[in-house]
This record gives sequence, C-alpha cells and structure tokens, in this order.
Amino acid sequence: MEFFKIRHDIPFMRHALAFNLVSLITFLLAVFFLATKGLNFSIEFTGGTVMEINYEHAADVERIRKVLDARSYNDYSVQNFGSSRDILIRMPLKPGQNNADLSKAVMEGLTADDKTAKLQRVEFVGPQVGEELAWNGALALFVTAIGIVLYLWVRFEWKFGVAAIIANLHDVVIILGFFALFQWEFSLPVLAAVLAVLGYSVNESVVIADRIRENFRKMRKASVTEVIDNAITRTISRTIITHGCTQTMVTSMLVFGGPALHYFALALTIGICFGIYSSVLVMAPIVRWLGVRREDLVKPLKEKKEEAVV
Amino acid sequence: MNRYPTWVYATIAVALLLGALYTLPNFFGEAPAVQVSPARATLKADTAVLGRVEDALKKAGIQPTGIFLDLVGVKVRFADTDIQLKAKDVINQALNPDPENPSYTVALNLLSNSPTWLAAIPIVPARPMYLGLDLRGGVHFLLQVDMRAALIKQLDSYAGDIRSLLRDKSVRHTGIARETNNIVIQFRESEIREKARTVIAEQVPDLQLTDAGAGSELRIVASIRPEAQKRIQETALKQNIQTLHNRINELGVAEPVIQQQGVDRVVVELPGVQDTAKAKEILGRTATLEVRLVDEDAMRSNSTFNVDVFPERRRDGSVSNVPTRKQVLLTGDRFTGAGATFDQHQQPAVSINLDAAGGRVMQGVTRENLGHLMAIILIERGKGEAISVAKIQGEFSNRFQITGLFTPQETNSLALLIRAGALAAPMEIIEERTVGPSLGAENIKKGFDSTIYGFAALSLFIIVYYVVFGVFSTLALCSNLLLLVALLSMLQATLTLPGIAAIALTLGMAIDANVLVNERVREELRGGATPQAAIHAGYERAFGTILDSNVTTLIAGLSLLLFGSGPVRGFAVVHCLGILTSIFSSVVISRSMVNLAFGSRRKLERVPIGNTSWK
Repeated sequence: MEFFKIRHDIPFMRHALAFNLVSLITFLLAVFFLATKGLNFSIEFTGGTVMEINYEHAADVERIRKVLDARSYNDYSVQNFGSSRDILIRMPLKPGQNNADLSKAVMEGLTADDKTAKLQRVEFVGPQVGEELAWNGALALFVTAIGIVLYLWVRFEWKFGVAAIIANLHDVVIILGFFALFQWEFSLPVLAAVLAVLGYSVNESVVIADRIRENFRKMRKASVTEVIDNAITRTISRTIITHGCTQTMVTSMLVFGGPALHYFALALTIGICFGIYSSVLVMAPIVRWLGVRREDLVKPLKEKKEEAVV
Repeated sequence: MNRYPTWVYATIAVALLLGALYTLPNFFGEAPAVQVSPARATLKADTAVLGRVEDALKKAGIQPTGIFLDLVGVKVRFADTDIQLKAKDVINQALNPDPENPSYTVALNLLSNSPTWLAAIPIVPARPMYLGLDLRGGVHFLLQVDMRAALIKQLDSYAGDIRSLLRDKSVRHTGIARETNNIVIQFRESEIREKARTVIAEQVPDLQLTDAGAGSELRIVASIRPEAQKRIQETALKQNIQTLHNRINELGVAEPVIQQQGVDRVVVELPGVQDTAKAKEILGRTATLEVRLVDEDAMRSNSTFNVDVFPERRRDGSVSNVPTRKQVLLTGDRFTGAGATFDQHQQPAVSINLDAAGGRVMQGVTRENLGHLMAIILIERGKGEAISVAKIQGEFSNRFQITGLFTPQETNSLALLIRAGALAAPMEIIEERTVGPSLGAENIKKGFDSTIYGFAALSLFIIVYYVVFGVFSTLALCSNLLLLVALLSMLQATLTLPGIAAIALTLGMAIDANVLVNERVREELRGGATPQAAIHAGYERAFGTILDSNVTTLIAGLSLLLFGSGPVRGFAVVHCLGILTSIFSSVVISRSMVNLAFGSRRKLERVPIGNTSWK
C-alpha cells in the first residue's frame, strides 16, 4: 500500500507568501484570543481547591450549589465531570479562610445533604506553590526553546535554528490560542503536552532540514527553491504517516483516557496538526527568506587536480 | 553488507532478556496483605514477632498465602481482602492487648505477587513499577515550615538567656526587647555596654552584636549570625520531620514517605490512606505537649470531679493516676528545646527552654504556686500520659530544670519525649492531592486502555502499509515498550497517569524512526537500488535524522524534568527514558531483525515493504 505517489516536486515555495499569510493570520488570531480572553488556568497555577465527588445516582448540580450557597461560599464552580454521577467543584483561594481545611468543610456539608456523596479526589494548592509552578512552567518553555535553537545551530546552521523555533513557537502560541478561545482548562499536564509537542514538531523541521542539506550536496545545479521543494516533496509521505501514527495514539487517549487526560490529548492533537503545517509551510519559507545558501551547509570540496604528463 | 557481528545480536539478546526479567513482576498483580511494624523505637520486628503473628493466625484458622520478615517488619499475604481485614483484626488483638497503647502498627498493604526469587536478585531486584498516588490512591501533602517563626522563637529564647545572664553578672541594662529580627538591649553608660558585650559574646556566640545609639541612650543590637540561622533552620526542619514521623505512625500507613524538599518544605505521601480528614488533623496538630497544674485536693480525695486524669508510669513499672486541673498552662509550641543535663549537685536532670511568651506564663504560675506539683503531659495517639510530675521549687521563667532521682538514660528519654511533643516551628499545608482508591484503579485502566488500543491500531496500520517491514517495526515497538517498562521497574521511578500517557506518546512518536527508515528504503528501491543496497542506505541515511530529532525531543523532556513537579515530573521521566529506548529499539533492534531475515540472502529479489514499482 502506498498513499503518496508523487512523481514531480510540488512547488511549495511558489506559494510561500500565501502560506505565510495564512499562518500570520492564525497566529495573530491566537494572540488576540490570548490577550482578550486569557488562559483559563487550573488551580495548579492560580491556587485553590478542586474536589471530585462521586454520587451513587445522577448528581443534582443545583442542589449542590444550594448547599454551598447555604455555607456562604461564593466564586465556586460546580460541573459534571466525565459522567452524570461525578461532580467537580472548583473553589478559589480566599484570604482569611482556612484554605487547607476547605475541602473538609465542604464535604461535611455535602454528606449531610446526601449520604451517597463520596470524595474521589481533592487537590489543594496554596498561593506559594501556584506562583512557583507558573514561573517554572514559563522557565521550562524558555529553556526548551533556547536548547533547541542552540542544538540546531550547532548541527545545521543558525538560520535553521531560528526558522525552526519560530515555526514551532508559532505552534505553541496557536495551541494556547485554542485554549484561550474555548476557555479549556490549562493545567500542568497540558503544559507538559505543549512542551512535548514543541520537541516533537522540531523533529519535523529536523527531517526537512536534513533533506535540504542532503539535496544541497546531491543537486549541485538546482536553485535553492528547487532544493527546498524537492526536500519537502520527498519527505511529505513520511511526515503525514508519522503524524497520522502519533495521532492514532493520541486519539486513543482522547477516547479511552477519560477526563483526566482529555485536555492533555487535545493539546497534543492541535499541536500535531499544526506541527505538520508549520514545519512544511512556515519553517522552510523562513529558511529561504533568511537566505540559506549551499555554502552554509555544504563545506566546499577541495578540488583534486590530477596532473598528468604525457 | 546487511549483517551484524555476533556481539551486536548478543547485546540485543541480553537487553531483551533483562527487559523481560524486569518487566515480569508487573504481570503478577498485587495481593492484599497485612504489615506489622513496631510502633515504638524501642521495639524491633524480629522472628519472635513473626512467630506470634503465625500463632495468632493459626488459632483463628486463617490461612495466609505467604508470610515473611523484612527490614520494615512482618508482612503477611492473603488470598482476598475479606480474609485480609479479618486477619488484621486478629493480629491487632494478639499483638496489642492494650488497644489504647499499641506496641505494633498493624496496617493494610498491597504486596506484589511476583515470585520471591525475582525480588531476591542482587544489586537491582526485580520489582513491579512504583505506582504514584494518582494510580493507587492516597494522600500527598506539601507542608511549609515557617522558618521566620522558628528564628523568632529562637530570638525570644536568646532574649531570655541574655536577661538572666546580665542579671547573674549584675550588668545593669535599661531594657531588653525583641524588635522584628533583632534583640535590642539598652544601656545608659558605655562602659556597662562594653561589659555586657563581652559577656554576651562569650556566652551566646550565635549572636552578632552591633552598637547603636548615642549619649545616654546606648544600644546593642543583636542579630543571629547567618551560619547560626542556617543551623537553626536545619534543626527546625529535622525536628518537624521527626515529629511528623511519630504522628504518622499513629495512622498505621504501610509505606509512608516523609521527605525534605528544598530548604523549608516537607513532602508527606501516604499511599492508601482513606480517611484524609483524620490524616490532615493528625499532621496539622501543633501541640501534643501540655503543662498543667496537678490538683492536689483531688489527688488526696481520689475525686475525679472537674479534673482530667492522666496515667503516670512510675519508675518501678506501676501506673498511678494523676488528676490535673482543666486549664492548660502551656502547649508544645512554646517549648524551644529540651536536653539531658546535670543539676548543680551533679544529678541527672532535664533542662527545658521555653520561648518568651511561655517564659512569662511560667513566671506567673511558679510565683503563685510555689511548692505545688506541676505535670507535663504528652498526648500521643489521642491519649495523654503524664511524663513528669514535679514540685515547683522556685520562681522561674523560660529556662528551668526537671530534677529527681533520675538515671542519665531516663533524662535522655524524657528529653526525647518532650522534644517529640513539640514542633520546632509551625507548619502549613500548602499543597494537597488526595485520590480515592477507586479513582486510582480507574486511572490505571484508562491509561492502560488508551495505550493498548492505540498501539493495536497503530500496529495494524503499519503492518498493512509496510508489510513485512511493518511487522518488524511493530516488533521493534513491542521491544521498546518492554525495555521502557523494565527500565521504569528497575529505577523504581514513580509512575503517574501522565506517565502512562507518556508511554503511549513515546510509542506514537517512536514509530517516526521506523517510518523514516521504511520510507527511505522505498525511495531507494524506486531510485533503482538493489534490495540489499536499499536496506543498507535506508538505515544508514535515516540514522542521522533519527538522532537529531530525538535529541530535540530530549531537550524538551529534560527541561520538563528540571522544572516540572508532581505528576508532570512523572511524565518527563517516562518521556526521557522512552526516547532512549526508542533510539535503541527502532535503530538497532529493528535493523537486527531485518538483517537476520534478509541480510544473509545473496540473491534478494524484492524487499517486502509494499509496492514500489510505480515510477
């Protein structure tokens, strides 16, 4: 079986401007949503309490709200989680309230109201920890980006490093944009997914960069555009199959992983889809635009002169 | 050209064998068990205890499936949870005849069912993967020790020291007070200040003294030296960890984890604890030590009206009851230290330091109750015991001694008891993660399902698409999974739900290397290369790319490992290890299979990697 029987190089670079425009618009939209709506940070970053409660019957969200209101809590959110019998309550940190014991007090109220209420999970994060986690998350992203640029710089050339990281940070911003637009919860596992995608998408750029270097060696007479077009065309089959395979795994997580892995898998899905796009249609044009030359990647061979005397 | 030397095959065989060996314990599952460990430091879990447990079970007609002794204590395995619960009660009754004062902690546990020879492998025993709390259920707390409070408490105690020191040496000052992080001592004359400075510098070397003020308002500003601060904080943390240990023993948790994190934090993990409210209450308790006055009228009349009665263990082993007044004079958080020492008659004694507030209370109490009895009560396991009942011989404040006909061992153990009841510094829970056991089991199932179904779909596609090479790729992926699980089991790295997701993701990403190779081989074949040359070129050319792309993924993984915490660290560990096993399996193992199958055939007509005949 073979999906891609491409006989001629596809002129990707001819349409580079159009592709770049599309990604610029997507990118700006993502930035716009991030700026206007902001990320819906989980309590891991903001601090607060999350409780997952299981009932033996379908949970009555309204009644739970009443119990909480009666205890004069406000600012909380109650929603179903996974199934109609599971409930997730989120409560923010409040100054002047014993935050660590909040879950106990709430649970007392709920079991008094309904004996079948069973506490499945509590997560409490104090203000000290939340700030640290947010800071560490940003630091991890930064270190990854710098590390990748440096590696590609050493391995290829600075133009590839810069192009790859622009292309892939563009992915990251787009993932974040989705999370802002739909107000999906941005938690630590989602951050892990974003970083994993960053590393993974760079693979894509590496594969293409490798091919460009190889082509520069082999296709001595071809122009830079032809070299890049050929490199992308030759690797497109691998690109799509690999991403398809990874996505199979991620889809399986999305289907079977339950609510705990839902947003993690969602972030990966967006990252994988945009990863294909950005490496092929963003990274390569940027490399060309930065003015990559044969001499950047291929060390000129010393010409051997064989003198002969007849 | 597609042949590996024998040593490569041998290496692969050894790696796979080791992989299989260390993956093996994960297949046996876990059996319900009861764990018996000593509740007091003076007791030991030895063969005698083992014998008592065996006898008790035999008498009750309970048949354990396994019983053994290890460093922790006696562990007994049972066929199901019903027997386990029954056995726990039986053992508890046999070993702890006095339930109020248990000698042994009897806790429910889960033990791996894997054969003992696996766990007996020297150096790196084969054990199942260590499951995180989100998979097995339990409580995780992160506690922060208030170091500022620890220092202030110490400063208060120094201020008291200086006060009595200057009084003893008759150095006249006009006031000693603690102002935020300093002690300020005021003087009228500079000669007296000089004298005071020499005395303090000699007796309290931990303080750094600076002069301030002018004219008749002279001051010494004393602050704790940085190295002493560090030492005080370290001691405070250590003492708090010790106290936590004692308290957690009360809960009967099979494998508690109590660890220092950073300079001022303590992680407490209690796997399998169901009653989190109780756990929190016990951990959060600030005072288990109380000082009360003995009600001497009630003592004479044996009345129990309006008094609390605590048992006192006498030196001769007899137990008497001590009635005390209801009012608690001091609690453990006022104690700054306790140590074994000798009094002025060279008799063993216990010296006790209180903080400034405690000293003030004590001064008032001792002045009004000279000649009366005072009791120090240690509350352990929710039950009080009078550890010292002594006559107030004089007026004192923040430093005093308990004397009596003690032996040095007795003063040592009394000092230890007092220290155990006091927290060196207040602690606050700053993070909590509780997962019920049923949710944990559900998480395992969900993570496992996502991996298995995803893997099955992936394998199916790869085999259909790349035919025999697809089979090789799938087998390489299987070996990747095997090696990864084996590594995780060997390292005993904590496996969390994000960690299982990372296993799935690793497999999904590892296929990249196989696809790269297979596509390359196809391309070479289309380009007219001979089958053997195509295979060779496919692997050789793809290798550089595989390495580069894995290094970039590894960079992301390592920075997550560095900056991540909790469940994310679990993800990062698996992700990083997965990248290493991926490189090995998709480059070396998959090629070895191809080499074995095709490498020795001189006339290979075609490569079974799908149709490449189109041009």
